[in-house]
Amino acid sequence: MYSLSEAAHQVPVIDPSAADGTFSLLWLVIGLPLIGAAVLLLGGRATDRWGHWLGTLASVGSFVVSVLLFVELRGREEAERSVTQHLWDWIAVGDLEVGLDLLYDPLSALFLLLITGVGSLIHVYSIGYMEHDPRRRRFFAYLNLFVAAMLMLVLAENYVGLFLGWEGVGLASYLLIGFWQHKHSAAAAAKKAFVINRVGDIGMALAIALLFTTFGTTSFSAISEVSGAAEEDTLTAVGLLLLLAACGKSAQVPLQAWLLDAMEGPTPVSALIHAATMVTAGVYLVVRSNFIFELAPHAQTVVVVVATVTLLWGAVIGCAKDDIKKALAGSTMSQIGYMMLGAGLGVAGYAFAIFHLITHGFFKANMFLGAGSVMHGMNDDVDMRRYGALRHAMPVTFLTFAMGYLAIIGFPGFSGFWSKDKIIETALAENWVVGVLALLGAGITGFYMTRLMLLTFLTSKRWKDDVHPHESPAVMTVPLIVLAALSVLGGVLLLGDWIVEWLAPVVGEAPHHEPPLPIIVITLLTVAVVAVGVAAAWFLVGRREVPLTPPQDVSFATRAARADVYGDAINDVLVVRPGAATVRGITAGDRTLVDGLFTGGSSGVKAVGNVLRRLQNGFVRSYALSVLGGVLLVVLALLAVNLA
Amino acid sequence: MTDVTPYVVLSAILFSIGCVGVLTRRNAIVVFMCVELMLNACNLALVAFAKQHGNLDGQIAAFFVMVVAAAEVVVGLAIIMTIFRTRRSASVDDASLLKY
Repeated sequence: MYSLSEAAHQVPVIDPSAADGTFSLLWLVIGLPLIGAAVLLLGGRATDRWGHWLGTLASVGSFVVSVLLFVELRGREEAERSVTQHLWDWIAVGDLEVGLDLLYDPLSALFLLLITGVGSLIHVYSIGYMEHDPRRRRFFAYLNLFVAAMLMLVLAENYVGLFLGWEGVGLASYLLIGFWQHKHSAAAAAKKAFVINRVGDIGMALAIALLFTTFGTTSFSAISEVSGAAEEDTLTAVGLLLLLAACGKSAQVPLQAWLLDAMEGPTPVSALIHAATMVTAGVYLVVRSNFIFELAPHAQTVVVVVATVTLLWGAVIGCAKDDIKKALAGSTMSQIGYMMLGAGLGVAGYAFAIFHLITHGFFKANMFLGAGSVMHGMNDDVDMRRYGALRHAMPVTFLTFAMGYLAIIGFPGFSGFWSKDKIIETALAENWVVGVLALLGAGITGFYMTRLMLLTFLTSKRWKDDVHPHESPAVMTVPLIVLAALSVLGGVLLLGDWIVEWLAPVVGEAPHHEPPLPIIVITLLTVAVVAVGVAAAWFLVGRREVPLTPPQDVSFATRAARADVYGDAINDVLVVRPGAATVRGITAGDRTLVDGLFTGGSSGVKAVGNVLRRLQNGFVRSYALSVLGGVLLVVLALLAVNLA
Repeated sequence: MTDVTPYVVLSAILFSIGCVGVLTRRNAIVVFMCVELMLNACNLALVAFAKQHGNLDGQIAAFFVMVVAAAEVVVGLAIIMTIFRTRRSASVDDASLLKY
């Protein structure tokens, strides 16, 4: 159906050298946050007073090491920018030999900087945000665990190591989403995220098994050398299983339902999940597995379809949410859809997917932390209908949030403009249907982000009299300012196609592909579509009085968007109800059939016993009679034997 | 060779009387005496057969039976005494608590 570019590209082979010099510090990147988490969790209340400082220090230390490694890697020749560190032999069973190996190459280098950099800023912010929470130390322990797991995920040299980080991320997200577990909704959201992620993990586990049976190894470098020799059907199966895994972690349709509920966690957690860790894992997986997807064009097509559906799905949800965090969550779904789209477009899009992932990491962290700052000043209210005109009360939050806003809608010059534009361009060049849908998504993005901006910071004041909005302390605003600066300037990564050339050793170089329209036309078109979206929001939201309660006489589209495009309803009909019915059937079968057999047998034995126990009547003489009867029987038997 | 038939017949008669007594009488003392009667019927048979075979095995066995019977009487009478003290009755049918 879609005619993506032919899979004739050369798949780049990963050929790492052993770590030496500065690179022997590689394990520290994971080790520092891991040690931080261990100390904070095992140290217990003794670490309460300084636990948040230790957690932040561990993350910052990891960032410093990442920067050192990055500088060192830049100094190397392009062909040598791939380093592996063998920590220890992990699994050795028969033919299966898995070492705990780390792989440091241009792709993981960028991820390291993003995860530790944005992660550290979120740590700093959390010091202020969680100041009055009695379990702050535990919160920082989980944050460290989250960062460590994500670093393990992007540094692993084989799929099993990646799976370790993958599951670690799942665990940490479960702990953090349900951090306020006294709230029923938070506990339920954590469980939902965990269960849906398990569905994706099945795909991951099966993909690893299939890779091992096909190639006899799970190592990236080894598979990248031989993947061309495998049959295309096998590679397609692996690709689809990996996509299932990626759908779970990256909240792509049909495993998207957990992301909106995950907003139950404290806001820094949302920022961490959406910007630096967790949801980016799926994109990383697809890009890292380029040696599979490049050779499995059908799997790539499915990735593109899933991504396109998700980017529209998320954007539609974002349009109707009144909860500021849920609106942002819908936007994350949509933006991850863009990244997946880039990754699904193959070698032409990998670098842009990662580019958008990084800029999105900046501006989404910025906006989530900004939303947290707003909630901080509004007594933890999340309903945008009760915000309004907050730009005076929170000037720093407003200005930094505005930078993130301009970046995400793709205002010319801001980071999101460069990254999203590149993906739309590539999509148009590969397949115009997908390209136009991506363009439409950009317009919807302009609409819902403008609506969020208007409802929160502009329009008239709608908050109650007992709410006193105020600017957050410096420990929270400084990370916002840094992230705002990054949101504005993130586009420099594209200067002279730097990021494309930087990633070329890992993902390969694209053959030149002429888009159907001149690039300047596409850019202008994108800006025009976004402008239409922004204008629509201005006329529909900004110029009208905002009612305090959501109006009920709304169109079908709005109702659908409010219900997350019926994501939960679909799951309910397709999975939950059949599952519950099956369980009820099995339980009924167990009760009637299995239990019937056992209770029936036991009651039979009991009935016989009831009859037989009458023999024990307590009369000595009747016992004597039975003894006599027995003796007579024995005598008769003996006689019969002797006479016979 | 002595003809032991009368002794064996007497023994059988005594045993049967004892047996019927055990099964029909209620008084524990009487039941007890009947048991003794059965034991002694056995003794008579043992001694008679010993005489017939001309060795002492049966007579030694009879002594064993007497010793055991004496010991049994001591224990049995003590039990009957205790039962009588608590229940004011020596009927074996009354002592029927240990049942289903």
